[in-house]
Amino acid sequence: MHPFAYTAAQTPQDVTTRGSHPPHPDILAGGTDLLQLLKERVRTPAELIDINGLDLGGIVEKNGCLRVGALVRMSELAEDPRVKRDWPVVSKALLESASAQVRNMATIAGNLLQRTRCPYFRDVTTPCNRRDPGTGCSALDGLNRIHAILGTSDRCIAAHPSDLAVALVALDARVSILGPDGEDEVAVENLHRLPGDTPHMETVLQPGDLITAIHIPASGCASRSHYVKVRDRATFEWALVSAAVGLDMDGGTIRDARVAVGGVGTKPWRLRAVESLLIGKAPGPQVFKAAADRAADGAQPRGDNAYKVELLKHTVTRALMELGGCA
Amino acid sequence: MTDQSSAVIGKPVSRVDGRAKVTGAATYAGEFRPDRLAHAAVVTSSIPAGRIRALFADAAEASPGVVLVATHHNAPRLPYNSMAQRPQVDPQAGDQLRVLQGPEIQFNGQPIAVVVAETLEQATHAAALVRVEYDPTPAVTRFEEAAKSPRKPGAGKPTDLARGDADAALAAAPVSVDATYDQPMEHHNAIEPHVTIAAWDGDRLTLWDKTQWVGNDRAEIAHVFGIPEENIRVVSPFVGGAFGSALRTWPHVTLAAMAAKMAGRPVKLELTRRQLFSAIGFRPRTVQRVALGAEADGRLTAVIHEAVGHTSQYEDYAETTVEPTAMLYSCRNLRTAYRLAPMNINSPCPMRAPGVITGVLALEMAMDELAEAAGIDPLELRLRNYAERDENKDLPWSSKGLRDCYRTAAERFGWSGRSAAPGSMRDGRELVGWGMATAVYPTHRAAASASVVIRDDGTAVVRSAASDMGPGTYTAMTQVAAEALDLPVERVRFELGDTDLPKAPVHGGSITMASVGSAVQAACVAARARMRALSNAVDPVRGADYAGILRRHGLPQVDVEADAAPGIEQKRFSMYAFGAIFAEVRVDPNLGTVRVPRLVGAYGSGRIINPKTARSQCVGGMVLGLGMALSEQSEWDDRFGKVMNANLAEYLVPVNADVPHLDVTFVDEHDPHVNPLGVKGLAEIAAVGVTPAIANAVHHATGIRFRSLPITPDKVLAGLAKR
Ligand SMILES: Cc1cc2nc3c(=O)[nH]c(=O)nc-3n(C[C@H](O)[C@H](O)[C@H](O)COP(=O)(O)OP(=O)(O)OC[C@H]3O[C@@H](n4cnc5c(N)ncnc54)[C@H](O)[C@@H]3O)c2cc1C
Ligand code: SF4
Repeated sequence: MHPFAYTAAQTPQDVTTRGSHPPHPDILAGGTDLLQLLKERVRTPAELIDINGLDLGGIVEKNGCLRVGALVRMSELAEDPRVKRDWPVVSKALLESASAQVRNMATIAGNLLQRTRCPYFRDVTTPCNRRDPGTGCSALDGLNRIHAILGTSDRCIAAHPSDLAVALVALDARVSILGPDGEDEVAVENLHRLPGDTPHMETVLQPGDLITAIHIPASGCASRSHYVKVRDRATFEWALVSAAVGLDMDGGTIRDARVAVGGVGTKPWRLRAVESLLIGKAPGPQVFKAAADRAADGAQPRGDNAYKVELLKHTVTRALMELGGCA
Repeated sequence: MTDQSSAVIGKPVSRVDGRAKVTGAATYAGEFRPDRLAHAAVVTSSIPAGRIRALFADAAEASPGVVLVATHHNAPRLPYNSMAQRPQVDPQAGDQLRVLQGPEIQFNGQPIAVVVAETLEQATHAAALVRVEYDPTPAVTRFEEAAKSPRKPGAGKPTDLARGDADAALAAAPVSVDATYDQPMEHHNAIEPHVTIAAWDGDRLTLWDKTQWVGNDRAEIAHVFGIPEENIRVVSPFVGGAFGSALRTWPHVTLAAMAAKMAGRPVKLELTRRQLFSAIGFRPRTVQRVALGAEADGRLTAVIHEAVGHTSQYEDYAETTVEPTAMLYSCRNLRTAYRLAPMNINSPCPMRAPGVITGVLALEMAMDELAEAAGIDPLELRLRNYAERDENKDLPWSSKGLRDCYRTAAERFGWSGRSAAPGSMRDGRELVGWGMATAVYPTHRAAASASVVIRDDGTAVVRSAASDMGPGTYTAMTQVAAEALDLPVERVRFELGDTDLPKAPVHGGSITMASVGSAVQAACVAARARMRALSNAVDPVRGADYAGILRRHGLPQVDVEADAAPGIEQKRFSMYAFGAIFAEVRVDPNLGTVRVPRLVGAYGSGRIINPKTARSQCVGGMVLGLGMALSEQSEWDDRFGKVMNANLAEYLVPVNADVPHLDVTFVDEHDPHVNPLGVKGLAEIAAVGVTPAIANAVHHATGIRFRSLPITPDKVLAGLAKR
């Protein structure tokens, strides 16, 4: 591990001030991802700023929106009765993430900002554009069974690993960001960037930016929502493919629909084209399947991850069928 | 002990070391704290082949807390004397990796420097400051390429067995199958990382080491350093799982001793999880062709089994992969071959049921294919080919409970309810499949010694330099001793894991119970006889009387030591444990996932000393087989010559949710020949047969043969798409 200075932030401004100046400390929340990166020397910050002492907890429901403090642990949000009732996809996505031990430690802001599981990114002896810009992408022609098929570039095909983010993107959640120049709000969908030519620039956050909360609006789709995750072993593994779906019903027709997918995109991936094929239709296997058939439009498989194209369609179908009571 | 009714043996005694383990009182190798302990971090190569052109250690040396940086420039030249006889745990041909003796690089991840510092953090940081320049040379990192020109193992057991004319018989067979099976490289991934603490006192060395064999650790390090064995003491009271990875004395043990010598103070060297994927061994990838020919009624007429496994450039690590094929079923015509594909990789090593698990999975998957080709129930096919004697060694079995195993496991599983046609057992959208396989593992035994001290407080301490990597050696030996001494288990303490104790063989190959157990029993029987002599009694003396007898004689204690060794019986009988495994799988045809709701295993493994720890062994073995079938693989990148999923998040061992219901039964088996205790060992048999039972069940569910392991969703979907 690279030697680093440790500071415990007393106020959010400590983070924004210190963060916006060299040496640009890394923010330490639950540490479940950051510590791995430090030990592998993927990150070698000169300073860590620990935000665990800040007042960034709490789950509050106000005006039909759930405000979740950045430091809320994954387990706390997953088990919250309001979440289970009105935002089941959030609870389910969390409970299907990691293990109980990790969820007790890990925060929701940290979850959104966890780094990719691409093995080359995490092994500093191999080339990786995302870690060391310009060195090349080892996954393009390497082991890429777990890599993305949507939103890729010829510089990086790493999949975004968060399950929670998939659910949040489906529900139009937003994050509050406190920066050196004040507070801002961004849709979770716009928090992460596509790799393009600059895969090392993962999010829209600037040095010194602190996520303070996430906001999840209530909706018909949120209260009737579902998450399906496919992986090699039964638990404790990131998604090969996952789908977060929500259906708002107006009698026998779908008034609104949400579909977002994980394990397949370089960022959490919303499928609006699939949604529009559902809206206004009567739910049923044919409708679900026809809509899900468009889920992989534009996919660019690359070797070992070709199976994700069909699996993606099947996973979206399955999620819709289970939610729609057809499975 | 011919009388098998007993007070303690066969009882489900809870682990005697359980409390120490869960409270943290058990001291593992890495937890000893000699004075002035310094910490080491290993620097490894980042290319698979070539030479170090330049190595710059100055930045590391200048880093805070650094005591020294050992490299091939400043490390002492070690004699690496050859041993009179190579231990069985080492490859029998080639030369072990010599650390820091020169600039040559033979694999990616090879240790090339050691940094010693006051703290671990300082050492790991400084290790990253060591800068290396290489002159790379072409490397063999593709298995397929290396397997094109494989070679015979340079030494060791013969792997090419033959009887009759298998090729002609295969060509003439009315029914035949011929297929190739691919089992990937696997790593042991024990929870406890490998760690050595080395402390010199003049020319005497103490090693606290994670090892399954303190005796061999001592012998190997004595030869590497050219010092007498008596100068070395190895201590290893607890092992946090090993599965074969701690049989050998690995290069890092030498590095720790070398670093401690150079530093003039004790040094602790612990490998990181990532380093555990290159600094110790692994189960080699093995590609196997099995061809079977049979009469229309399923009786085998030809068996051909050819296997290629990979090894390093410097050693021939060979497995007994094809050996079980020569004895498992009755067949007149047989031919086997085992070849090595040398690559730029570290040497493989035994991993639970080495070779056997690999060979049996190919044979048993092929038997399932034959059953389908011949239109015979898979269990019935095995019964029709039941071997009444060992046709390979041409010897009778010492005992063979396999028929009982088949019957018991089939009944418990409900096998008779199976509908034969693949894909015919749906449950809703899930495809249900039932499969089975045979398990087998040789019963070995080695010479061992044990000592007993009976004290005048009526307690006894029994000792042998054995190991307990988890199966429950402490507990089982305590039971054997308590029984022979006629003492309650609470009054007996068993000590192991120290070269100062009477000699024990390797804790591997499922031999500990048979070998050390026999010595413990012999020593305790002798001790009890001594007590009887002291008491002048005619009747056998009771354990409760020991204290009184000793006090009467004014003796604080009596000491007895005994040896036990296998004898002529080894030549007169063929000795194996057998088992039958039945598996149910559920395949999701859309998502490609395979889950296993239940596994049923019945084992004929001689006498069961402790049904509780025995069941644990079998459950653990089943989980290993499950992982091999569905998720475990070390993902090798040909270009870099290294394992990329070198951590426990991405090397997928089964988790609890993967393991719902495991049913374990031991059939009654009385074997008067194997050893005085009548035990056959359970460690490895429990892992064998599970993988093919699951793979066969997946075929039964889907109608598709998945011959490349593990059977992951991507493969299942590709297979189903082709259907
Ligand atoms: C074995 C294992 C399995 C896992 N499986 C899954 C899984 O199946 N699905 C899944 O979604 N996740 C999984 N995870 C990932 C886990 O959910 C994340 O590691 C965790 O959520 C990160 O949260 P943390 O609080 O520990 O973040 P940290 O590790 O502390 O930080 C992560 C990153 O976020 C930054 N950060 C944290 N908080 C803030 C903030 N408030 N403002 C700005 N930046 C911030 C940090 O600087 C760092 O860059 C797994 C993790 C492990 C170890
Ligand atoms: S996919 Fe992205 S993260 Fe992985 S090696 Fe390529 S550039 Fe790096």
